[in-house]
Amino acid sequence: MLAWTIYISFLGAAAMLVLPRGSAASARILALLTASAGFAIALVAFGHHRPGETLTIISAPWIPSLGIQYHLAADGISLTLILLTGIIAVTGILFSWNIEERTKEFFALYLLLIGAVYGVFLSYDLFLLFVFYEIVIIPKYFLIAIWGSTRREYGAMKLAIYSFVGSAMVLVGIIAAYVVAGSRTTTLDELARFPFSQHFQMLAFPLVFVGFAILAGLWPFHTWAPTGHVAAPTAASMLLAGVVMKLGAYGCLRIAMVLFPLGMGPWGHHVLGFGSWRDVFTLLAVIGIVYGAMVALVQKDFKFVIGYSSVSHMGFILLGLMTLNQIGIAGAVMQMFSHGILAGLLFAVVGRMVYARTHTRDFAALGPMNLNKALPFAAVIFVLAGMAGMGLPGFSGFVAELMILIGVWHAYPLLAAWVGIGIVVGVVYIWRAMQKAFFAEAGTESRSPHELLPPITLPERIGAIILLSVSVLVGVYPQVLLNIVIPALNSPLFEGLRKGSWQ
Amino acid sequence: MTNINYFQLLQLALPEVIVVATALIVMAIDLMVLRKRTIRVRFAAASSLACIGCASAILRIVLAPGQANILDGTLIANPLTHLVQIALLALTICTLLISVDSTFTEHVGEFVLLIMVATAGMMFLVGSQDLLVIFISLELLSLSLYILAAFNKRSAQSWEAALKYFLFGGMSAAFLLFGFSLLYGLSNSTSLPRIAAGIHGPALDPLLVIAIVTTAIGLGFKVAATPFHFWAPDVYQEAPAPSAAFIASGSKVASFFIFFQVAALGFAGAEGTATLPHLVRGWVPVLAFMAAFSMLLGNLVAIRQSSLRRLLAYSAIAHAGYMLLAIVAHTPQSLAALLYYVVTYALATLGAFAVITVVEEQRGSDEFSKFDGLSRQAPVLSFCFAIFILSLAGIPPLAGFFGKFYLFVAVLASTSRYADLIWLVVLAIAMSAVSLYYYLRVLKRVYVTPLAPGASEIKSPVLSQILALALAAAVILLGCAPQLLLRWILAAIGVSGL
Repeated sequence: MLAWTIYISFLGAAAMLVLPRGSAASARILALLTASAGFAIALVAFGHHRPGETLTIISAPWIPSLGIQYHLAADGISLTLILLTGIIAVTGILFSWNIEERTKEFFALYLLLIGAVYGVFLSYDLFLLFVFYEIVIIPKYFLIAIWGSTRREYGAMKLAIYSFVGSAMVLVGIIAAYVVAGSRTTTLDELARFPFSQHFQMLAFPLVFVGFAILAGLWPFHTWAPTGHVAAPTAASMLLAGVVMKLGAYGCLRIAMVLFPLGMGPWGHHVLGFGSWRDVFTLLAVIGIVYGAMVALVQKDFKFVIGYSSVSHMGFILLGLMTLNQIGIAGAVMQMFSHGILAGLLFAVVGRMVYARTHTRDFAALGPMNLNKALPFAAVIFVLAGMAGMGLPGFSGFVAELMILIGVWHAYPLLAAWVGIGIVVGVVYIWRAMQKAFFAEAGTESRSPHELLPPITLPERIGAIILLSVSVLVGVYPQVLLNIVIPALNSPLFEGLRKGSWQ
Repeated sequence: MTNINYFQLLQLALPEVIVVATALIVMAIDLMVLRKRTIRVRFAAASSLACIGCASAILRIVLAPGQANILDGTLIANPLTHLVQIALLALTICTLLISVDSTFTEHVGEFVLLIMVATAGMMFLVGSQDLLVIFISLELLSLSLYILAAFNKRSAQSWEAALKYFLFGGMSAAFLLFGFSLLYGLSNSTSLPRIAAGIHGPALDPLLVIAIVTTAIGLGFKVAATPFHFWAPDVYQEAPAPSAAFIASGSKVASFFIFFQVAALGFAGAEGTATLPHLVRGWVPVLAFMAAFSMLLGNLVAIRQSSLRRLLAYSAIAHAGYMLLAIVAHTPQSLAALLYYVVTYALATLGAFAVITVVEEQRGSDEFSKFDGLSRQAPVLSFCFAIFILSLAGIPPLAGFFGKFYLFVAVLASTSRYADLIWLVVLAIAMSAVSLYYYLRVLKRVYVTPLAPGASEIKSPVLSQILALALAAAVILLGCAPQLLLRWILAAIGVSGL
């Protein structure tokens, strides 16, 4: 049944094309219904899931002469991300209720993107996963280039090229792995069992890992992320930061690390103080955390702050993966979920609640508008989301970052201090953005342009409350996800990883 | 001397005979009966008659698939040649349908006749393993294409392009013939398998090296591989749209197939290797470098184009580079990959030309700016166009993606050590990442750029829409279920050998 999350999204996208011209309202409602149906299916599957089980949804020969299977399956990790996709899809539509131009096309591309994202998370066949992974690129490009704002064509093209270069690297790795394993199968678990030589894994691992990590915003390949996020319309930045970047992190874990676990082992000699690819990527992740936070600290554009904060938070995920211990990797999966929710919320506040009303994201211009009085709801939501993003207890970000920190403490005690610096700077840039955008004192007495701002609409309120309550729920009761994530990490699929370089 | 059974020969060549006979009938009817009618009527009548001829040739092949090998490979019929011939005929039908709405010439009968004759040339080309027949069919094809390229008498550029095509083509034919004559001198035979047996030796004869290079020049010209590509941009841009579509689709399929045969069968035993940095002399390194340069040049130069047809020309050069990789690999699997690739490529290119034809007729040129905001005026055609372009870019789940995937798998799997040819595969995949940039720029014009104020309405002719939709459906279907075509190709190769 879970496969219907994919089909229903694609069907919804197709149905958009046959809707009569000019009926924006019906397009919105159809999109909302489709996304809600997908979310409901995800929720039911989540409820029925038995921890540790890998549920095969469908497995049929697709291209028999190459051993390619149409194989969909879900374990705890994919279910967590499916659930995230469902939530973001529904709220993203709520936050794009104001799209008036070419509405049908917008939601058709939107649903196409969502369907492909579901597909990536459900694929258990390497070829199938790659197919869905690449489908994502095209709607992403058009969503930004058509409905975006600041330098949208540049941002969209940069994003598309970066994604495509990343997936080209992945494709080289996939084809090589397939051929080396005898050109018989592309099923994930069978390939994971194949004993690739250490030499091959040492070459393939960095290739595939970086290929996926480009989409996960790994420093120094992150530069598409801030420009892309800023250029994108609200719903697209929510999807981009909320789920698309997770595709990259998911690929790192599910493909690169599972297929080539020996690639992370020691080289046997040291180059510039690095002893393995794992050391290299750990350092890059930490640089990403600190660098993203530092750059977010000095931005003048509200959305760039959130854009760079995404780079910083995605650094946590990659760092968690590279700890190679259970708590660190489970923390990374938690962070994928948590960051998806929170980035979605922050982009919703900035893009929809503030920018769509004030038509500026410049702190200098936002300050005098006295937004905490004009848009109190937006201010409250941003404060809460900001607290969650800083990693305050009670929100999902806290659990995730804590788990990752513990993992890092075990693996690289010295680096934990740097991560601490990143977290502190994270508090500062959120604080600064909050201060400058909502609570600036300047110019309060003279003008009051805020009275012209339209009030926050109902769909926005519902969307914000959904996202915030999910974050609080996971923050207060993390077991709801951990119960299925940790058993999934102990499944046979991750056996090579556990035996190989697990600590 | 073996006895020739002329009746059997005729029976075997019946599909070709049908095509040629149809061509003559079309010409006769057009000149005698329809001479006074409007061009539209004449084109419609001639094209539909010719389509019927092609369809009956397909029927003949499907219903009576004989297997034969007459006179040591002079004329060959086996499932593989049948499959390629069916594909060629189907592509010809599409080309004829594109030309229905054309207005560029009054010589309708002659135009359709030339297309049909060229088709017959291609069919003989793929059905032979004999150098002489290969050369003659290649010339029949080429001469028809030169005239087709020059068919728009009103346009001086069309002449210029055709003259360029003709001069380059004449040169390359001379090279090819020179190479063939050396091969004959070395092996005392014109049949490909016998040549392979004749040239077999521990070391490469210097004459053989010359023969390999000149043959590669001649055939490289046909497939527009670098550095023999100079005719392509001009011909693609200036030839009448149906001619350009025909040159870009059907002629590519036939040329690649015969290139593979000549290299893999005729030069067997003189392969050499293309493993860097330990190259061994032979035809493989020659083609490997030709492929590498084509991919680089085609993709990089395409970035700078501002006219759609020129862009397609450079992308064709790039695609020729990818497809040459299949010849470099020369395994049965890579032949299957090549056929799948070239057929789906031809479908997508034909579709793109079908849309370009409509835009050109109504907006006057194929500059990028003429495509601004097309999706607002012609949503169906734009959608199909996006499918074709994305398939060329290799985006799943379209046919172009599976073609690339299978091709690269076949290339890597062709040698015992996967690392031997990986530099070519890495280059190809990197270059296809580059290609997305210029393909997306085109789609940006269609979908993103707002409609220019005061832009003229675009009427989408029904036939063009149906044709574009059918081709788009084929591209999607073959991408989602590659097995549909792959099964036939693999079975045919399994029965017929290389």
